[in-house]
Amino acid sequence: MSRRFTPKVVTANHLLDGDAIWLTADNQWTRTMSEAEYIDDADRANERLAFAASQADITVGAYLADAKLGENGPEPTHFRETFRTRGPSNYAHGKQVEL
Amino acid sequence: MYKYNDFDEAFVRSRVEQFRNQVNRRIAGELTEEEFRPLRLMNGLYLQLHAYMLRVAIPYGTLNSRQMNQLAIIAEKFDKGYGHFTTRQNIQYNWPKLQDVPEILSALADVEMHALQTSGNTIRNVTADHFAGAAADEVEDPRPTAELLRQWSTDHPEFQFLPRKFKIAVSAGAADRAVVKAHDIGIQVVRNDAGETGYRVIVGGGLGRTPMIGKTIVEFLPKADLLPYVEAVVSVWNLLGRRDNKYKARIKITVHENGLDEIKRLVDERFALIRPTFSGVDQAMLRDIETHFAAPAYKNAPLDAFDDRLNSDPVFRSWVDTNVAAHKVDSYGILTISIKKHGETPGDATADQMRLMADLAEQYGHDELRISHEQNVIIPHVHKSDLPAIYDALKPAGLATANIGLISDIIACPGMDYCALATARSIPIAQEIAVRFDELKLEHEVGPLKIKISGCINACGHHHVGHIGILGLDRAGVENYQITLGGDGTEDAVVGDRTGPGFAAEDITDAIERIVRAYLDLRLNAEETFLQAYRRLGMDPFKAALYETEAKAHAAE
Ligand code: SF4
Repeated sequence: MSRRFTPKVVTANHLLDGDAIWLTADNQWTRTMSEAEYIDDADRANERLAFAASQADITVGAYLADAKLGENGPEPTHFRETFRTRGPSNYAHGKQVEL
Repeated sequence: MYKYNDFDEAFVRSRVEQFRNQVNRRIAGELTEEEFRPLRLMNGLYLQLHAYMLRVAIPYGTLNSRQMNQLAIIAEKFDKGYGHFTTRQNIQYNWPKLQDVPEILSALADVEMHALQTSGNTIRNVTADHFAGAAADEVEDPRPTAELLRQWSTDHPEFQFLPRKFKIAVSAGAADRAVVKAHDIGIQVVRNDAGETGYRVIVGGGLGRTPMIGKTIVEFLPKADLLPYVEAVVSVWNLLGRRDNKYKARIKITVHENGLDEIKRLVDERFALIRPTFSGVDQAMLRDIETHFAAPAYKNAPLDAFDDRLNSDPVFRSWVDTNVAAHKVDSYGILTISIKKHGETPGDATADQMRLMADLAEQYGHDELRISHEQNVIIPHVHKSDLPAIYDALKPAGLATANIGLISDIIACPGMDYCALATARSIPIAQEIAVRFDELKLEHEVGPLKIKISGCINACGHHHVGHIGILGLDRAGVENYQITLGGDGTEDAVVGDRTGPGFAAEDITDAIERIVRAYLDLRLNAEETFLQAYRRLGMDPFKAALYETEAKAHAAE
């Protein structure tokens, strides 16, 4: 029996400001996770990750992060990824105020 | 304080230009991230969760007002108006943009600062007692020794690709305020029976995944032997160190696996070989360095106004009692400015606060500032008659909190609010605990109690040596906090004991309160500190308070 694939999004940090970014279905990078491509197939995930890694002039450290489908699109399943969608908790800095 | 010579200056400037070129090539797509990453790390530039982070070294924690002012300008111009002081006497900027970093480094070079060797497998920023040059209990100022080590280790060709990072700390007091026993090499300036000063050398200390207290490898090393001896230690480890396994690469494991005697034998052998190659130039350098650390011209002034204020203003008195330590000159004090107002982020200072502290140091403090590993700012030489004016200036800036050494003077690493390696957050836990004990108005009654929090096993927050240590972990996708008790980072260094299962973020502050209330019930009298009570009683009563109360609460549900 093949193990069930946990759905993913492709994420990275932006080369210039280091902000968290996600790969969309039409090969763009977005700063809003819900706009990311929701990937529920392992082959597709690897293919998209390879594409992301090839975009070296935009991305740093692309990786696959677990995701679930929410009302508006992909949502994080782990608290680390949740923090990446909003910024630090000690100041109103980062995405929570910039988006 | 130490001034760059022409060589230092030219070297730092050339490294800035080199990095500017590398950044341009990275942005233009001529360098891949794999090629660029080691280059940016050599310049102290990390990538964290939400942004880059630039770690700037503050050698042995010493700054003048001009440097502090420049740190403020950088915070304002290139960051979000603040900086974070760390347990390694560095300052970290959490939001620099890649294209701005060469400008920042250039601005740092203008005030003789840099970010070299604040990352990578090199000899890192040499740290020292933050009371150096002012403490009543010191043999001599440890900073000339630290500066000699800094010069020797900066860009040392043999030591740019060590098995792992390597940290050296120097202290010279009877009390160890630099946690020397938790460093790869800890150096204590000591005096022997013949009255000569020299060094006790401690190796193999370190926190992290496998915490170890350093062991004394030589009780008394003549001063002139310092560099060849330290070089011998580092090169023995450089060959022996476990490059195959990152978790076993630090010298503490090398010492543990080979035994202190074997390491000592190898070091002595190596030392005998290289000692003759040190012709004494280093000692001439040391003598020159020492002239830069001459004591300030202390002043005389009447203390009447200070005494009056002390007797008439209990809030001022409490601040003096808590934040001012004994200086070697009677009429002076060592002022620690708490940058840990209840509810604020430990170690953070805004640009305005930095500027104010710089101004006060310039006006009243012989132009000297220090950063402590406990993440506070020190004005080491303050005439007591100036304390009222300083206090009045600090207060409106949120810098007059009287909590040094108390429960809200918490060390907290950046944790998962910033750090890419974190397994949980540290800062909000520190904020909540500080606010809780402030609301309870208990912290002065509780007395000396050091809480230290790390957001992962790397232990940048020194949790192992906290009287109460807190380690944030990821337990099945939830932040979970493990508690240790009885740790101590002083000359009696000891690693704390784990209490048992950890606590959820919502429960950790209550858990800490239960431990503290147990201490208040158990102590012999108000003079017995938390650590003393723990040493007398052991873990059991604290553990009972921590977990049984919890069990009762559950049973009652
Ligand atoms: S202890 Fe861990 S989380 Fe905290 S700063 Fe160090 S590496 Fe980051």
